[in-house]
Amino acid sequence: MTSNLETANRILLEPAGLGDTELQRVLSKVLGHTVDQADLYFQSSRHESWLLEDGIIKEGAYTIDYGVGVRAISGEKTGFAYSDEIILPALEQAAMASRSIAHQGGQNQIQVWHKREVLKPFYQEEDPLNSLSEAEKINLLRQVNEEARRLDHRIKQVIVSMAGMHEIILIVGSDGTYSADVRPLVRMNVSVIAEENNRREQGTCGGGGRMNYQMFLHEETALNYAREAVRQAVLNLNAIPAPAGLMPVVVGPGWPGVLLHEAVGHGLEGDFNRKGSSAFAGRLGERVASPLCTVVDDGTLPGRRGSLNIDDEGTPTQCTTLIENGILKGYLQDKLNARLMGTKSTGNGRRESYAHLPMPRMTNTYMLAGDHTPEEIIASVDKGLYAVNFGGGQVDITSGKFVFNASEAYLIEKGKVTRPVKGATLIGNGPDVLTQVSMVGNDLKLDRGVGICGKEGQSVPVGVGQPTLKIDAMTVGGTSQ
Amino acid sequence: MNKQDEAQLKELVSMVLSNAKRLGSTTAEVGISIDSGLSATVRMGSVETIEFHKDKTLGITLYKGKRKGSVTSSDFSPSSIQSSLEAALRIAEYTEEDPFSGLANVEDMVRVIPDLNLYHPENVTPEQAIAWAKECEDIARAEDPRIVNSEGATFSTHNHWRVYGNTHGFIGAYPSTRYSLTCGVVGESNGAMQRDYDFTVARDGHDLESRVVVGRRAAQKAVKRLGARKVKTCQVPVIFSSEIAHGLLGHFIAAISGGSLYRRSSFLLDHLGKTVFPNFMQIREEPHLLKGLGSTPFDLEGVATRSHDIVQNGKLESYVLGSYSARKLGLKTTGNAGGIHNLVVSHGKLDLNGLLKQMHKGLLVTDLMGHGVNLVTGDYSRGAAGFWVENGEIQYPVEEITIAGNLKEMFLDLVDIGMDIDKRSHILTGSILLEKMTIAGS
Repeated sequence: MTSNLETANRILLEPAGLGDTELQRVLSKVLGHTVDQADLYFQSSRHESWLLEDGIIKEGAYTIDYGVGVRAISGEKTGFAYSDEIILPALEQAAMASRSIAHQGGQNQIQVWHKREVLKPFYQEEDPLNSLSEAEKINLLRQVNEEARRLDHRIKQVIVSMAGMHEIILIVGSDGTYSADVRPLVRMNVSVIAEENNRREQGTCGGGGRMNYQMFLHEETALNYAREAVRQAVLNLNAIPAPAGLMPVVVGPGWPGVLLHEAVGHGLEGDFNRKGSSAFAGRLGERVASPLCTVVDDGTLPGRRGSLNIDDEGTPTQCTTLIENGILKGYLQDKLNARLMGTKSTGNGRRESYAHLPMPRMTNTYMLAGDHTPEEIIASVDKGLYAVNFGGGQVDITSGKFVFNASEAYLIEKGKVTRPVKGATLIGNGPDVLTQVSMVGNDLKLDRGVGICGKEGQSVPVGVGQPTLKIDAMTVGGTSQ
Repeated sequence: MNKQDEAQLKELVSMVLSNAKRLGSTTAEVGISIDSGLSATVRMGSVETIEFHKDKTLGITLYKGKRKGSVTSSDFSPSSIQSSLEAALRIAEYTEEDPFSGLANVEDMVRVIPDLNLYHPENVTPEQAIAWAKECEDIARAEDPRIVNSEGATFSTHNHWRVYGNTHGFIGAYPSTRYSLTCGVVGESNGAMQRDYDFTVARDGHDLESRVVVGRRAAQKAVKRLGARKVKTCQVPVIFSSEIAHGLLGHFIAAISGGSLYRRSSFLLDHLGKTVFPNFMQIREEPHLLKGLGSTPFDLEGVATRSHDIVQNGKLESYVLGSYSARKLGLKTTGNAGGIHNLVVSHGKLDLNGLLKQMHKGLLVTDLMGHGVNLVTGDYSRGAAGFWVENGEIQYPVEEITIAGNLKEMFLDLVDIGMDIDKRSHILTGSILLEKMTIAGS
């Protein structure tokens, strides 16, 4: 294993002739104003994507981006500037701009740097773009396409895409932070259209993680995405309109954990709670869920899409308990909000890129398993909805209202799963919904690794997970009354 | 950026194009974007952030025969450009022959680039941006005693230069600016909080609505939501207020866009010439509106943009196509590579109050949540908040409900469009009254 710090130094600093002296000079410039803390975030990223459509490899794209962001924090104020050139003059210019948040006459000193290596990485540092040859990548996409078309003659359209990214980051701060990370990320998506009797339905499936492309070859993973996408599309050809109104909802395991991400995750991010704009603000120690619910955010799961060795402020990630047996235990923090709230960063300071400011974000958010089998849970419902697959979701953190969109769901009638229903939005109130959880399954699953979370215009990869849950009453937004 | 910089960028584009040819590509296209701007946020009366933005990207797409490869980079150095070209050529060795791929047809290239009055550069200092944001937030917080908290107000500037060239010998460039002021506040009563926001956006900073108007509206909107409740599950008429109504038209445009059509993933497949709206409905694309938020002289492929009817008397007259999807469908490009520019939607004689009276009893939706729109089937189901209306008047605020229907039917059952056009979107529409949707609540 090569050292992350050496890699970062070689890729990000050496080509520009930057060393400790120059970085100190830049940070000192920022601290020349009344700034409490300043940091530099160097980033280099390489991204590729391949697309198969209409049975041919139609597109290939490659993106290379690098730059450096300079942040100056003074009290609750933040000044930020960046450059897409890593050269000293650009760095100095960004430093001057960022410090304009504060007045002249700064007294703070740069702390001695702890050049910290990642000792137990949660993912391999190798470049995933090189983990398969171009010919192998293309061959894989073709196999997935053929599998989807072979499975069912009603499949009329197949789109397969695969993307890989390799990022190298270095964070150097006036608070003594000096850390680097090398982050791989891959993803594959399959989208199909099934057509029958002039009715068309879509099915999608995909997966990925902080791994390399070999993961898609392992145990036919990629082919299974194709099988799953086809199954969903064909199933939806027979779906009837979803019901409308308040009813018991059984939510399946894995990706449906997007429920937790929207209902409680965002509302527990430190910035909203410091500002008092979250429906969860000031509620630490209070009951916000049934005693069956324990929810964590864990950035340390090996190879998961939301995992990080260190966050984008250089803080090591951890497993943070948000809700324990129904009691609100903690918030997700970055450095700024932790300091202002008198606590410590939980390693959740994340940013989309060098051109964006960090803020508290989730990593992998999931609920721990309970005691019931999924069969017991379904059998307990007389009339309700069984929702097993979802699109995205959204939350209003102030009112607490959140939605998530079921893309595969069934009616439950007299304890049995009966007919598939069309997609529908489910809506609830974040601080209430988990108090309605009356059964938790023993089948905890994490998602396949395609989650993207958006906040204030910034996208970051995340993971979710949960066991099967029974929510006693939730509003289902179908059309059938 | 100035005219001289523009000339240099054009030179860079021709250099990249000729190198692409020299290295063996049959045809090529190059786009450059140069962006800069400033954004200042003030919260609870104090500065929260000042951000300085400066980005540049160079995108190269080249074709070896009918095989395509693309590369994007922020590095404009000759050595980086050389390796980008090599990377794009390498990709083109692995992509396959696509008979429909390639540049737009040479005869479709824009000949004269019209001045659409999109560029109004102004040297806004951080101090000015802060002062304007602060004034707006102060007004919002003072507007009502129930406003107890704030998400802050942000003033932003954005300068954009776009240069595009291809091996037809076409090179075009134009600059544009955009200014915006946004303010979000939180109201509270009986221990429950509600947030809302308001904004103004314009190409010319002088055209922004006043700080007073934006601040007041943000506060009034947040306060009006206080005490919101669910309603019983029912089927009623629904009004989409003008600030969200453009979303419905956005779904319409997505469904008649070339990509959705050739992928057979649209609920409006094979609907050209068919009735998709009531016969009073007219929808026209106007890409050349002066100072228009969506205005552009040429599309992503250098094709001249032009006004055209999309819906006439309720009938679908034109799809929305770039060259690639046009070739796939055996049609001609409509100058929409990259999307729609400005959309002008016809309206009736009523304002929002008039529409409320016309609806008599139903739901006024002012906020939507989630992504529950299936363009393949037209099925629509989203979270909503707004107001319950009876006897043509607003009764109380509503939340935690969903509205559901099918877009194809919703469009055909459209009852009326208000004259309260929201000019802050490139889709210019008033509030939309629909005959009925299913509301799921308690």
